[in-house]
Amino acid sequence: MSFLLNNIVELTVTGLVLGAVYGLVALGYTLVYGVLQLINFAHSEVWMYGSFAAVWVTVALGVAPGGPVLTAIGVLLLALLAAMTVSGGIALLLERVAYRRLLRLEAPKLVALISAIGASFFLAELMGLRDRVVDFFGLRDALDPFVRSARDNTRFLNPLETQGLFSIGRYTVSNVDVIIIVGAILMMVGLDQFIRRTRTGRGIRAVAQDSEAAALMGVNRDRVIRATFLVGGVMAGAAALLYLMRFGVTRWDAGFLLGVKAFTAAVLGGIGNVRGALLGGFVLGLAENYGSALVGSQWRDVVAFLLLVVILLFRPTGLLGESLGRARA
Amino acid sequence: MRFLVKTGAPLLAAALALTACGGTTGGEDEGSGGGAAAEAGTCEDVAIGFFGALTGAAANLGINIRNGVQLAVDQHNEANADCQVTLEEYDSAGDPNQATGLATQAIGDDTVLGVVGPAFSGESNSAGPIFAEGGLPTITASATNPALAENDWDTFHRILGNDASQGPAASSYISEVLQSASVFVVDDASEYGAGLAEIVAQDLGDVVVGTDTIQTGQTDFSATITAIRDSGAEAVFFGGYYAEAGLLVQQMRGAGVQATFVVADGVKDPGFIEAAGDAAEGTIITCPCLPPEEQQEFFTAFEDAFGTAPATYSAEAYDAANVFLEGILEGNTDRESLLTWVNEYEGDGITKPIKFDETGEVADISVWAYKVEGGEIVADQEVEVG
Repeated sequence: MSFLLNNIVELTVTGLVLGAVYGLVALGYTLVYGVLQLINFAHSEVWMYGSFAAVWVTVALGVAPGGPVLTAIGVLLLALLAAMTVSGGIALLLERVAYRRLLRLEAPKLVALISAIGASFFLAELMGLRDRVVDFFGLRDALDPFVRSARDNTRFLNPLETQGLFSIGRYTVSNVDVIIIVGAILMMVGLDQFIRRTRTGRGIRAVAQDSEAAALMGVNRDRVIRATFLVGGVMAGAAALLYLMRFGVTRWDAGFLLGVKAFTAAVLGGIGNVRGALLGGFVLGLAENYGSALVGSQWRDVVAFLLLVVILLFRPTGLLGESLGRARA
Repeated sequence: MRFLVKTGAPLLAAALALTACGGTTGGEDEGSGGGAAAEAGTCEDVAIGFFGALTGAAANLGINIRNGVQLAVDQHNEANADCQVTLEEYDSAGDPNQATGLATQAIGDDTVLGVVGPAFSGESNSAGPIFAEGGLPTITASATNPALAENDWDTFHRILGNDASQGPAASSYISEVLQSASVFVVDDASEYGAGLAEIVAQDLGDVVVGTDTIQTGQTDFSATITAIRDSGAEAVFFGGYYAEAGLLVQQMRGAGVQATFVVADGVKDPGFIEAAGDAAEGTIITCPCLPPEEQQEFFTAFEDAFGTAPATYSAEAYDAANVFLEGILEGNTDRESLLTWVNEYEGDGITKPIKFDETGEVADISVWAYKVEGGEIVADQEVEVG
């Protein structure tokens, strides 16, 4: 207990950093659920592909840490753009291949769920076997730096050096901590405004409320669904870059655990609720860190999921409730 | 493959068996080229198995071992046209839950006479009873949990020192060479990692200022790192595999923790440096394996075959496979007689003189400390085994 109290600042900051990443990934689950009442289990792979896109940008540019700050920012923005593009693209592809036809045929939700799980396995293994794919096309020499050790952790060559900014108690908050937490909150605010104020956002809310009525009012349901997947994917891409800045490596199967956690965060905050996703992420990140500090790291998931159960017992719809459709204009 | 059969082969086979097996079988082979040896030098439809992770988070360790076995089998097949042995691969992904099914599958395949593996301790523990039940001899070239030998599995053999020697070696390095006054011990809750960390922690005694357990697959270690920083430890020992070790040391250095990072054989892989980058520098890695420089001939043959230098436990796997191959060549073409052969084996491998005791442990063991320097894992010194 005294350990927790002595290090409360450090545990809080690192918990919030992790929670911010959970929250951004959780958005993808929550948006799709809000619109389709479907859990997109392949979303973790959307995030994973984004993380590789960011890594590959740094590999292609041959980035070395400790360069001028402006270059570092340029590279990071480029990596962010790449991650968002790839994640958004994968999300759209998923919608096209794994969902659209099933939704048209009004297949049971369970079928779409299985389809998503299948897509998730396919995408993860494809990334894990990327060296073989490249070999197959005879491109190994050209692409070796991107595909070697395909099953191992791949390092993100972070162009920005971690630097302490200011101290709170015994912990020095670093620039990366600030970028991640502030970045996540900004993106969340932006998304919230997007859904509240734009035409597409209104379409998303309309379909979430009642897709048939929305269609009768002239909302193009297919377009709205695509937009939802795209937005979720772009957020996952941003989450991927923030994650890499903090944790430094990615792997073909890294999406799985993060996906489970992000999904938990979405449920915790109230699945279908955009603000709830970030709140759920922060609460989960903090719970994991505090839990680890109190009873040891091997209990972190126990603590986190116990919290989930307790919260759902008292608030079955999560902290903020399910409300994508009911958000006020 | 039968078209390969040539009349000259038995002679070659017998000669090879004589040079390879040394003292134990010398008596039989005296009349080289005679009838008995010719019979012994032939075999049909036989296979040895490799059991371990070829995919999954710690796949490199498995692939190193598979390649060692592959080299031994290829060399055997080249030298013995009348006795072609195939290599069956059982890819467990390092997962103890998959291991039981695969072990049953191996038992069911009558051509498989011996298995090199299972590679990790967790999977060895779950597959061991099945191999024992099926009478299929196994020689592991990497699973180092000491408890594995205490199960009365007649089929179990281990061709390297276990963690009961590696653990004390690691702790003696920490206390004697590094002279650390405070050590933080972390493990990954695996059969191997937790077992080893416990031995190290026990051995170090009062010097241990804190412990923590992480999970395989975990990527965020902030709570553990806070605990390490809080304890002010001069050294951190981690019992686990290279994937988590790379992340842990990288985040440790990122958080400004400068304690010396000490790990064991499960981390001795380039994948560790690949993940950790500069943060890996100065890491101490213990391993009951000789530096590759000590086995020049094997080193070159391996490089020629696979285009990479032999890595952790490739040489041990090569030795293990050769114990089986020599046995098969001697005419032990069923599991029972091959098991007897392995139990009674006495000969010189490239890594050490090989002789298994009643529990299946190899008699001669040595532990080396390696160090990460300039992005390479280089031999540091041999560590006294208590």
